[in-house]
This record gives sequence, structure tokens and C-alpha cells, in this order.
Amino acid sequence: MKLNMNIPEGHISEKWTNHKFNMKLVNPANKRKFDVIVVGTGLAGAAAAATLGELGYKVKAFTYHDSSRRAHSIAAQGGINAAKNYQNDGDSIYRLFYDTVKGGDFRSREANVHRLAEVSNNIIDQCVAQGVPFAREYGGTLANRSFGGAQVSRTFYARGETGQQLLLGAYSSFNRQVKLGNVQVYHRKEMLDLVLADGRAVGITVRDLVDGKVESFSAQAVILATGGYSNVFFLSTSAMNCNATAIWRAHKKGAAFANPCYTQIHPTCLPVHGEGQSKLVLMSESLRNDGRIWVPAKPGDHRPPGEIPEDERDYYLERRYPSFGNLAPRDISSRSAKYVCDEGKGVNGGKAVYLDFADAINRIGEDAVRDKYGNLFEMYENITGENPYKVPMKIYPAPHYTMGGLWVDYNLMSNIPGLFVTGEANFSDHGANRLGASALMQGLADGYFIVPYTIGNYFGSEKPEKVDVNRPEFKEAEQNVKDGTNKLLSINGSQTVDEIHKKLGHLLIDKVGMSRDEAGLKQVIEDIRKLRDEFWSDVKVTGKAEDLNQNLERAGRVADFLELGELMAVDSLKRDESCGAHFREEHQTPDGEAIRNDEDFSYVAAWEYVEPGKWNLHKEDLKFEFVELATRSYK
Amino acid sequence: MSEKNINLKLHIWRQESPSAKGSFEEFKVSVSPHASILEMLDDLNNRLEKEGKIPISFESDCREGICGTCGLVVNGHPHGPLPKTATCQLHMRNFKDGETLYIEPFRAKAFPVMKDLIVDRVGFEKIQQAGGYVSFNTGSAPDANAIPIAKEMADLALDAAECIGCGACVAACKNASAMLFVGAKVSQFALLPQGQPERYERVQFMVAAMDEAGFGSCTNTYACEAECPKGISVKNIARMNRDYIVAKVAKRTA
Repeated sequence: MKLNMNIPEGHISEKWTNHKFNMKLVNPANKRKFDVIVVGTGLAGAAAAATLGELGYKVKAFTYHDSSRRAHSIAAQGGINAAKNYQNDGDSIYRLFYDTVKGGDFRSREANVHRLAEVSNNIIDQCVAQGVPFAREYGGTLANRSFGGAQVSRTFYARGETGQQLLLGAYSSFNRQVKLGNVQVYHRKEMLDLVLADGRAVGITVRDLVDGKVESFSAQAVILATGGYSNVFFLSTSAMNCNATAIWRAHKKGAAFANPCYTQIHPTCLPVHGEGQSKLVLMSESLRNDGRIWVPAKPGDHRPPGEIPEDERDYYLERRYPSFGNLAPRDISSRSAKYVCDEGKGVNGGKAVYLDFADAINRIGEDAVRDKYGNLFEMYENITGENPYKVPMKIYPAPHYTMGGLWVDYNLMSNIPGLFVTGEANFSDHGANRLGASALMQGLADGYFIVPYTIGNYFGSEKPEKVDVNRPEFKEAEQNVKDGTNKLLSINGSQTVDEIHKKLGHLLIDKVGMSRDEAGLKQVIEDIRKLRDEFWSDVKVTGKAEDLNQNLERAGRVADFLELGELMAVDSLKRDESCGAHFREEHQTPDGEAIRNDEDFSYVAAWEYVEPGKWNLHKEDLKFEFVELATRSYK
Repeated sequence: MSEKNINLKLHIWRQESPSAKGSFEEFKVSVSPHASILEMLDDLNNRLEKEGKIPISFESDCREGICGTCGLVVNGHPHGPLPKTATCQLHMRNFKDGETLYIEPFRAKAFPVMKDLIVDRVGFEKIQQAGGYVSFNTGSAPDANAIPIAKEMADLALDAAECIGCGACVAACKNASAMLFVGAKVSQFALLPQGQPERYERVQFMVAAMDEAGFGSCTNTYACEAECPKGISVKNIARMNRDYIVAKVAKRTA
């Protein structure tokens, strides 16, 4: 396997412009001769499908949902970054680029991040033109708020429902192309294999989730926009159906998986209520604009929060990071919460810290707080039964976003020609830690403004042929899918899919979660292998293959998580440094800050699949020509 | 979080396929008051799977009340008895020990049952595809601040745009009308300058698609607003009706 980054020449601010000029074009009349498969209809998928349709390509879009509007992008709350500098507070493309590289702890590819910052402004224009009702000032201009890891206000938002509004915007453009016949949408079909012919990605094999029918679709390029893999932890902020199957099966067909150990634990989620919990709910990071995070200063102080006087509280983020305070980046905020709770200072000695709005309510009034965060406060009260206007919220970190994903070059193409990967499914822009309000930005950047250009370059320069779905490669993939399904149904063991998934989640959050060490990682690799054997000998999957069978759907996804979980541990073990969300106990300063090792680990770890439990490591060296490598400091 | 579990009797709709005859099946469960109703069903399904029985099919995804995937009728109410709450956000502390719950799918001609508690809402997709967009291509947008929009109008548009497309309005309506759903989308664009060029064509396209998909008519009972998990206002229906009449009177044929 050879990794070719295809980063254009020139100064960082000219690379994308030059590249756009140098890329091959496809004549407008010829575009309809090219079929593109898009898997996933979240921000990255819907935006790409819509834009490719507008350009004249023939798009087939797949979702396992009943509607292309359900993708989990819809649940993003806080906002989307852009370097508009509407607030006149010193923002610029360069600053957004710099903040993102620094926020990612210098483990991302400079050229990609700069391009992301460059197109960020187009995204806001695009969304407004679609009729996305962003928050506005009384004068009619767009409003902004601040997010973690930045000292400028560059985040655009629509109450606490920004993801919903942006996705509905992309969905509307997508629907327009469906009506025009440029996009054909396939609901309730799950991709279960990628098909290669002559070394290129030429199609996918799907299972119809209603009648179980297995069939294939061909195209001259395949885009995977299938999101992240946080559900490997069982409990995460991902939606119930989020899974890694599409990218994992592509990985097993030869696509390199990059930086699987970079998994973000989001600092502001609702604490776990018990074993029966199905997922964790995130409370937007935007709450940290006005909420103050604290714990009782003394372990064992179990008084209600209102009875704990100011001087017996520890506002630990403000204390440790005075210049960023409650807006310290996510990895730092999460780890800090873990530390104070490990010291026994968590709420009632447990795993929770307070997020307190009393000061904000005193300062700007309850109505102003309601105006900014009303729906989040309602959601909190709905779930917990407590009124956050009266008592501080209780929060705790939870697995949220995965920076790792399939390896892609500058064109967002994987090492398999014709296989493009966009949004959270790729590894490209966030390094070892993603800043808040950057996921929406990346998904839409990839979908609207990057892949529609680079895919044209692929078509224009490689001229891939149409491939018939009756070729043996497709038949083989279909047979593999059917065999896999039948195997799952035939085990008839004693444990349910969820029981094994929960066991995997416990192993991972404990040993490959917020902090990791060598002994634990070595142990967990063994444990995951045992659990995988347990799954294949003792899982119980009910029902039939030719039916709507949610039990079977989940079983296939968990089977893949059991392999991916091991790779996350393998990657964590190999990366013998602390960086961003990847924190190795062995590498920290006396006061618990991460120590990076640029000498040995300034690379992207791209793993090539060999066989179950075996991978080859390929390294993409990261060069920092425009941002000086520095120790991150938010103090 | 150690409050005692509550015990409930459940009558859950089971139906093997769209053409099969369905019926209620009875289950007894013990559930934590902190669990959501969907977590209660997860737990019940886990039990059924262990016993080698077929688990209950129901849909959900985000479990944060925003994706619109889930939707059960609980004791006669779409999304259950709590106002402005999606099924996934309905927690068991709202029920009393010993209570009996009837759990059914959304019922409407345009939402045929696929299996157990899952219905087919593809009619909603057809309506959105018919006109739920602003026609412009990626790359042609002017600067985002080029057109100032009064805060009040932007807020009203967002109030309408908050619709999660779950279909509770249809399930709540005795006519199985989708007017609240369609009205919300029509209003969002009608309230914004970006929606003006196609305003009167859009409303006609979307209403035609709604009729085509088999949804009923509106008779102003407002059950939709009462059951809507996002509290979408029936004023959006009025806006849509006004635009529709203007479109027809002005003979802007679509």
C-alpha cells in the first residue's frame, strides 16, 4: 500500500486555488455519463449528492433511514464556525486555520485544514441562501457566539438546533435534485460491502432493511459519508443506528483506517442514570459560554449545590486555565472533569460536575438565558426532571465524535481509486481533537465545496468505465453478505447482541477512553479478542434474514465494532505519546497536562487490514510549514 | 439514582407485516423511573431475545427528540401524554406504579404499518421533494449578510422550521391531515426573503403532493398542535392557506 497525499504545491493560502485551476474538468454534457454512489445522507452526504446533482452527475444516494432527513447530523446543537469576522474581533481564515491545527494538537494535515477555513465562509452564504433561519441581531445581521478553543466569536447558530437547520437545508437542496431526476434516493438500504473491480471502487452491496433482499449497485465512484464510530463504546452521544459498518467493510476491502485512537469525549453530557441506559445525551458546548463549571472543593461534601458557599467550590477550569476558563477545548475540559471526580469531588462523590447558570441569570436575566438556551434547558428538564434555572445542571463527559476514520488524500479520496470519504467518516481535518462547531463546517465543506470538484478531477483524468453489476465481483460480494447474515442467525447462543455490545463498551471506555496506559491497552486487546470469540460462538440473533429484522441489523454492526475496537487499542498502544484526545498516562506533566512527542509521532497512522487481528502500519509524516509546532497552552 | 422500579402492564401492538392482521400482546415489566419509554422497550426486547422470541420492532435514532424517527401512540396520544415531548424523551417517572399502557403505531391511511410499531412515512418525503426547497445551485449565493432579515421574522421562520417530521400531527388528526407538517415548511420559506421567488408555486406543489399521498383535509380541530412534540403553531396552517388562496386567485398556475 502506498499513501500519496497529493497535496498541491505553493503557499498554503494558494494551494486550493491552484489545485482548482489544475484539476481536470468534465464537459457539462458528459457529466450525465458518470454515476456516483453516495452512502449516507447527513450533512456530508446530502450536500455532496445535491451539489453533484446540480452539476449534472447521476447520483444514487443510500440511507438506512426511512427518510434522508434523519441522519445524526440533525442532532448537532451548538453551531458552525466560519471565518467571516462579522464581529470585527480579529478573525480571519488564517486564524480559523491556526486555531483548528492547534486545537487538533498538531496532528492534522495543514493543507486540508487551511482549505476548510477557506471555504467556511461560502458555507454560511450557501446556508442562508437555502433559507436556513440562523440567529440574527435586531438590525437583521447574523449573530455569533463563542465556542471552546477560540477567543473570537465565529460560531453561527440557530438556537440549540443548528445541526437540524443545516441538515434540513442540505436535505432541501437534495430533494430538489430528486425531483429533477438527478438524484435517485434509496431509503432503508444498508451498505454491507464495497465492491472493487480492477483495483477501483465500482459499487456497493446493500441489504434492504424491509425485506432482507441483498442487491448491488454500480457507479464510477463511491462516496462514503457514513459518520463516526463512537457507538463502539455502546454508550455515546451518537444516535442508536450510527455504526462503522460501511467504513469498516471498506477497510477490509483495502481502504486504510487512519488514527482510530482519536476519539473525542465531549465534556458536557448528561451523566449515566443506570445499566438500562441506551445512549448519552449531549448538552451543547455553547452552554459553556454562560455556564460555570464547578465541583465541591472538598471530597465528601454532599450538601445540595445551593448550600455550598462560593469559597467552598472549585471552579476548576477557571482556576487551571484562567485565559480560556470554561471555554477550554473539549479534551482538556473532559479530562479535568475526570480528574476532579476521580479525586472524589464529583457531585455526591459520583461521576458528575455542576454546570451552573446562576451567575448568568443574575447578570443578564432569566429571559435572556431562555432566549439563548431555552430548548436545551427544556431538554435537560425533560430528561432529568430537574429545573436548570433553579438548580445547576449535572454533566459528565461522554464519547461523542471520532476524529479517526478512513484515510483520504487531499482530494478526499482513499487509497482505493474511486472511493471518496467525506465528513466524520474520514480522518482528515481535526487531528487529535476537534474543536466545537467544526464538525458541521467540515461535513458541509466536504460535501458542497470539495468533493464535487475533486471527483470531477478523478473522472476527467482517470476516465473510469461503467461496470456491470453482473460481474463476478458483485456476485461474490452478495454471496459474502448472505453468508455473513446466515452465520449470525445460525449461532443461536445465549447472549443478546446488546449484552455483548455493552461488554465491549465497558472494556473500551475503561481502557481506551479518556486516559490510556500500556498495561491496560495490552490487556484490553486480549479481552476484546476473547469477547469477539464469545460473540461468534455465543450470540443469539432471532428472526429471519428475509424480513425486517432489527436484531440482525444490530448484530452485524456489533460484529464490526468488535474488530474496530481492537484496532483502536492497537493504535493507542502504538502511539506512545499524549496528544489531544489521546492521553497516555505515561506522558504527562506533573500537573496532568499532555506531553506530545513530535520527534517520533508527528505522523498519521494509517492501518492496512491484513486479517482479523492483524494490521500493517503505514505512516504519513506530518509537516508543519506554516504553523509552528508548539505546546498547546490554554492557561 | 436509586428510586424504586415501577411495575407496569403493557399492551403492545404486534403486526408481522403490512398485510397481516395485528393485535395487542400483553407484557409485564419492571422499569426504572429514570429510563425512557424506549429504554423500557429495549429492556423488554433484550428479554424476548434471550427467550428466543421475536423482539418488538420499533424505530428510534437520536433519542434526543430531534431526528423525528421515533413515534409511538401511548394511551391514545402520539408521543405519549406529556406535552411537547417526543417518545424518546418520555421518561417513566411520568407513570405510576401499577399503571397499564397501550402502545401502538401512528395510525393513518398514508402511514401504513410495516411491522409492529413501524410505519411508512414516505408520503412526507414526497411532499418535501415536491417543493420544500429554494431553487439555487451551490456556489451562487451572495454574502450571508447581504440581505438583512428582521430578528422577529428569522425567529418566526425558525419556529416553523423546528418541525422534526415525525408525523405525530397526522396521527393526532381525526382526518389524518398533514397540514401542520406542510404548513410549517411553506411558512418557513414564506417568512424569509430567500423563499419569495417561488413562494406561490411552492405552496401549490406541496399541497398537491400532500393530497396525492393520501393525507386528509384540515377541519381546524388543532389536535396537531396539541400533540406536536415541538409545539409547531397552527398559525402556520393559516399562512399556508392564505398563500394557497392568493396563488389560486392570482392564477399563478403551478
